[in-house]
Amino acid sequence: MELTRRNAIAMGAGALLIAGLPIRVSAAAEDAIAAFTGGAEVGAGDISLTAPEIAENGNTVPIEVSSDTAVEIMVLATGNPTPGVATFKFGKLAGSRAASTRIRLAGTQDVVAVAKLEDGSFVQASSTVKVTIGGCGG
Amino acid sequence: MISRRDFMQTSMAAAALYGSSGFGNWSRLAAQQLMTQDKLLEFDTFGNVSLIHITDIHAQLKPIYFREPSVNIGVGGNKGAVPHVTGADFRKLYGIDDGSPSAYALTHDDFSALAQSYGRVGGLDRVSTVINSIRADRPDALLLDGGDTWHGSYTCYHTQGQDMVNVMNALKPDAMTFHWEFTLGSDRVNEIVEGLPFAALGQNIFDAEWDEPAELFPPYKFFERGGVKIAVIGQAFPYMPIANPGWMFPEYSFGIRDENMQAMVDDVRSQGAELVVCLSHNGFDVDKQMAGKVTGIDVILSGHTHDALPEPVLVGETIIVASGSNGKFVSRVDLDVRDGRMMGFRHKLIPIFSDVITPDAEVTKVIDAQREPYADVLSEVIGRTADDQMLYRRGNFNGTWDDLICDALISEREADIALSPGVRWGPSILPGQDITREDIWNVTSMSYGEAYRTEMTGEFLHVVLEDVADNLFNPDPYYQQGGDMVRVGGLGYRIDVTKPQGDRITEMTLLKTGEAIDPTKTYQIAGWASVNEGTEGPAIWDVVEAHIAKQGTISLDPNNSVKVVGI
Repeated sequence: MELTRRNAIAMGAGALLIAGLPIRVSAAAEDAIAAFTGGAEVGAGDISLTAPEIAENGNTVPIEVSSDTAVEIMVLATGNPTPGVATFKFGKLAGSRAASTRIRLAGTQDVVAVAKLEDGSFVQASSTVKVTIGGCGG
Repeated sequence: MISRRDFMQTSMAAAALYGSSGFGNWSRLAAQQLMTQDKLLEFDTFGNVSLIHITDIHAQLKPIYFREPSVNIGVGGNKGAVPHVTGADFRKLYGIDDGSPSAYALTHDDFSALAQSYGRVGGLDRVSTVINSIRADRPDALLLDGGDTWHGSYTCYHTQGQDMVNVMNALKPDAMTFHWEFTLGSDRVNEIVEGLPFAALGQNIFDAEWDEPAELFPPYKFFERGGVKIAVIGQAFPYMPIANPGWMFPEYSFGIRDENMQAMVDDVRSQGAELVVCLSHNGFDVDKQMAGKVTGIDVILSGHTHDALPEPVLVGETIIVASGSNGKFVSRVDLDVRDGRMMGFRHKLIPIFSDVITPDAEVTKVIDAQREPYADVLSEVIGRTADDQMLYRRGNFNGTWDDLICDALISEREADIALSPGVRWGPSILPGQDITREDIWNVTSMSYGEAYRTEMTGEFLHVVLEDVADNLFNPDPYYQQGGDMVRVGGLGYRIDVTKPQGDRITEMTLLKTGEAIDPTKTYQIAGWASVNEGTEGPAIWDVVEAHIAKQGTISLDPNNSVKVVGI
């Protein structure tokens, strides 16, 4: 079987599902991940993504990514018209391999972080962020 | 060394022991017509630490009636699990006799009849008596207030929470956490908190601009009680800027932040905490989930969803205590803490039967002083309920209070459809009872009570209902907000609670014509409690008062407009 990028992504997603992480990724996000990984398999491991379960304001959602061994972390908002958010690069002398920023989300969706580790492997984490019209809590 | 299994057996044994000897007693006592204050408060003091928990008072200073829900649906992993058990199933689960005081306190059936026998519940002067009695057994007992205290009445609104602050200060709590307090606006909340004689806690209260812990609200506080070093960690309501108007407190951010909760637990443990208590306003299902993710919490005192449970729920080695709302219950939790860990507990959910528990005269005086300037306005009778009409709020989809509010919105605001928020506070009114202005404020008072009138397409109305339904029926509790479903007037629909967002609500019908809601058509919608800034309209309490005054006697048609499937 010829291993295409898309197949590789599907395998990566499959591995994540086994790890219990839900992932729903748009074609544009799939392509971005494939470009980042060069089609390599994406596992779970040394990557943490912190995001709110429900966004207080979908226009500015605080997120944080960290990994002890990452050289690069790419963040995608998979449900946005343009999924790419940022790619953070860490050098050998980085005191801590963590970054936080705020992102805009078009609606309820999965935010995905893919890290390239020092050993050349790729790991991924995802978190569903709900964007709601609110009201009625009580 | 005690193993986890030993611990569980010990604590379950303690719970079971108390389940039969303390809690079950009410039923027998009722049969013997022997419900006395001493029996209600009877408690065999246990261990070396006592916690007293009260939560979600919603500014109810005086005794009230409060009917528990008949419909409380759990979804996902919480299907059929407490607190999603009501009525006869609840009584069977806890061994409660029909018609007993505990049946009256904890379930909805025969409510108006039982209310005639057992009377009103709550009243903070009665609560004070209970607290004093526990303090007589254990002078250094910790009193912890779970929040939703400075909201929910005429006097609270007009004093911007000062009446509740004054009365609660008389009860001398040790710590508190928050939810509706923030709807007073951040300036007012900050002003009160700066002067509070006890700890204002919230590990999840952050500065919105910098996403750093807010200085005014420390994450935890240490107490030395009974020779035990106790850490109380606060957990405010996570979804305040979403469920309530965030523009009123733009400096603050919340969220569950369970990774920070774990960091705080680890922090206090490393500082020598032998007992870790979480004073939470998460809501019960969120607390259950958090207890499974965060390790090292011994006790979660749970608020927000207004559940009253006669026994704690055990998740791992964490016990979760739910203490009801509106001043109706106080929980006492005695703990045996030895060698740096919790070895067992004894618990009692104490119902505040206002005719049985003697008021604390000192606190009565403080309460009366808060109410005296408003006495005439509060007591004015606006209407009355018909002899077969009760008014209550609780239930996942509707309650007669909201049916009445929706009727008022439709007739006073000339709308096709009315929406009323699914809040869980607000006392009940018995059949044939006068409805005073105070009663109307008790179910409508808030700092954003404008009754708006707007146009919505059928499609947008569907989006609104789907959005709120997901806040209640998302199978993952972390994505729930803890309110009930938005109440509707003039509209019928079918809901399948098992479906995902977007597919739950079908068969939307405009009741006045019987026609299906057309997604492209525009409808006149009246509602209140919008979270949007700049909402205009008359105050909801004035709209409801005008409607009740016109009706005189309130008699409502039974509400069969919501068809629920997937339970």
